[in-house]
Amino acid sequence: MNKTGLSPFILACMVFGFTFLYAPIVMLIIFSFNASRLVTVWAGFSTKWYGELMHDDQILGAAYLSFQIATINAFLSVIVGTMAAFALVRFGRFYGRSLMIQSISSRLVLPDVILGLSILLLFVSLQGLIGWPERRGMMTIIIAHVTFSSAYVAIVVQSRLAGLDRSFEEAAFDLGAGPFTVFRTVTLPMIAPSLVAGWLLAFILSFDDLVIASFASGPSATTLPMVIFSKVRLGINPEVNALATLIVVAVAVGVVLAGGMLQRQAKMRGD
Amino acid sequence: MAERVMDGLARVGLTGRRLVIGVPLIWLCVFFILPFLIVLKISFATQMIAIPPFSPLLDWSAGGFFPSLHIDWTNYQYMFSDSLYIVAYFNSVQIAFFATCICTLIAYPMAYGVARSPEKWRNILLLLIVLPFWTSLLLRVYAWIGLLKTNGVINNFLLSIGIISEPLQMMNNSFSVYVGIVYSYLPFMLLPLYAALSRLDFTLLEAASDLGASRTRAFLTITLPLSIPGVVAGAMLVFIPAVGEFVIPSLLGGTGVTMIGRVIWDEFFSNQAWPVASAVAVTLMMFLVVPIMLYQHFQTRAEGRA
Repeated sequence: MNKTGLSPFILACMVFGFTFLYAPIVMLIIFSFNASRLVTVWAGFSTKWYGELMHDDQILGAAYLSFQIATINAFLSVIVGTMAAFALVRFGRFYGRSLMIQSISSRLVLPDVILGLSILLLFVSLQGLIGWPERRGMMTIIIAHVTFSSAYVAIVVQSRLAGLDRSFEEAAFDLGAGPFTVFRTVTLPMIAPSLVAGWLLAFILSFDDLVIASFASGPSATTLPMVIFSKVRLGINPEVNALATLIVVAVAVGVVLAGGMLQRQAKMRGD
Repeated sequence: MAERVMDGLARVGLTGRRLVIGVPLIWLCVFFILPFLIVLKISFATQMIAIPPFSPLLDWSAGGFFPSLHIDWTNYQYMFSDSLYIVAYFNSVQIAFFATCICTLIAYPMAYGVARSPEKWRNILLLLIVLPFWTSLLLRVYAWIGLLKTNGVINNFLLSIGIISEPLQMMNNSFSVYVGIVYSYLPFMLLPLYAALSRLDFTLLEAASDLGASRTRAFLTITLPLSIPGVVAGAMLVFIPAVGEFVIPSLLGGTGVTMIGRVIWDEFFSNQAWPVASAVAVTLMMFLVVPIMLYQHFQTRAEGRA
């Protein structure tokens, strides 16, 4: 027995597991600084791929589009997902409750190809019937993304709401506040951490999605994952390595900051 | 201001409660349930050279009050007669099943270790598990190409230290697809397992050892049974999406490994065969209904316990 109290077997498994999880990411970062185009042969340190990335209009344009879609999606998903979470936790039995529960958990696991195919066929049929959507692009991608990422938000917010101490809200009601005021001044601050977590989750899910966006999009809109996919299908691409490094660093900083913030808040509240 | 808005809504019969239930429910019905019905409908349509490339199911052209109904079973017949689809289904289920098993074997000791590690380490380790989940799946799968290919990092390393004399074939076969799926879905297995194991009362294990049980026996009679809901939840979170996986087989599988997600994609985008793609998707969904229900069952059980 060592000082962690874990057996050598468990420790070895943990070392192996974490190496497995991080080796590809570390390799991407290292080779993004490789001078050679032959990605797996080291030919000295260079930042030239970052320079080329900054001048690649196709990638930059797609990144901007993806950023817009992900941001709008995150806000809409938080609204729809929080409403669903409220309905499920607070409103007891209502018509459609089990339908809501089942569709939320199926959306978490259903393969992307099925979700993408079905929502595209919906858009095509609607266009034939009522002429909307006129063409597929940014808006249809956002609708498709909200449909699946709001389920994740609902799960995150639901677990927070279910564990909430209701006496604060009851006190506010007793003091004569209306339901909307109670929500804004009491409930909202208490569930804020889960809303932040849900927002970030929805943003990332949308920003990373290739399959659903490919189905829901038309020729006018090409998101970042679509550009990356078309590039890496042809083989290793050092520019993509540089892009991946930037994304990994941004995400790591974001997650660590958000994690720290949530932890501080949890400590302040003492839960 | 807000009160006045609520009053206005109440006058047209829209109370806050109805609004909060209605918005997500209507969104679900229009953008989630309805699309499945449309897929089902189109899977019975006839392929046509037109925009959109299929025949309508209901035909009013004959006149009269009731439309004539065209149900075309040929898409399904075609699917079950062509070995391509059978092989793709079989491959997908087989790969997803064994990948789920491998995930469980790797994740169980890891999750156990994290759950039992000292308090100050636990949050950092959890963050390390969650972090890859937040970075693009596409890019992480792509990274494996550089590691696995014939002149990739792993082969170069093994050649340079002289363990192998010829590069190993690790890309564009089922090995690389397994690596990709296990790697991508490992966090989905780790988190429910960790949740189940961290709730476990470890004093039970001490009690068992005080009563003379060996570590193996204590594990088999206490830890394992109590963590089964976590194992099932994690297994379903890995298995169900892995069956329909598209990105991993198309980046790492080459032409050798056909999985059903890729077949749907190709039928749809390359062959413009919307009715056949729909029939393949409907069949896949039928197949996934049982594991999804299993997942929901254990999910509610796990929630009930928390």
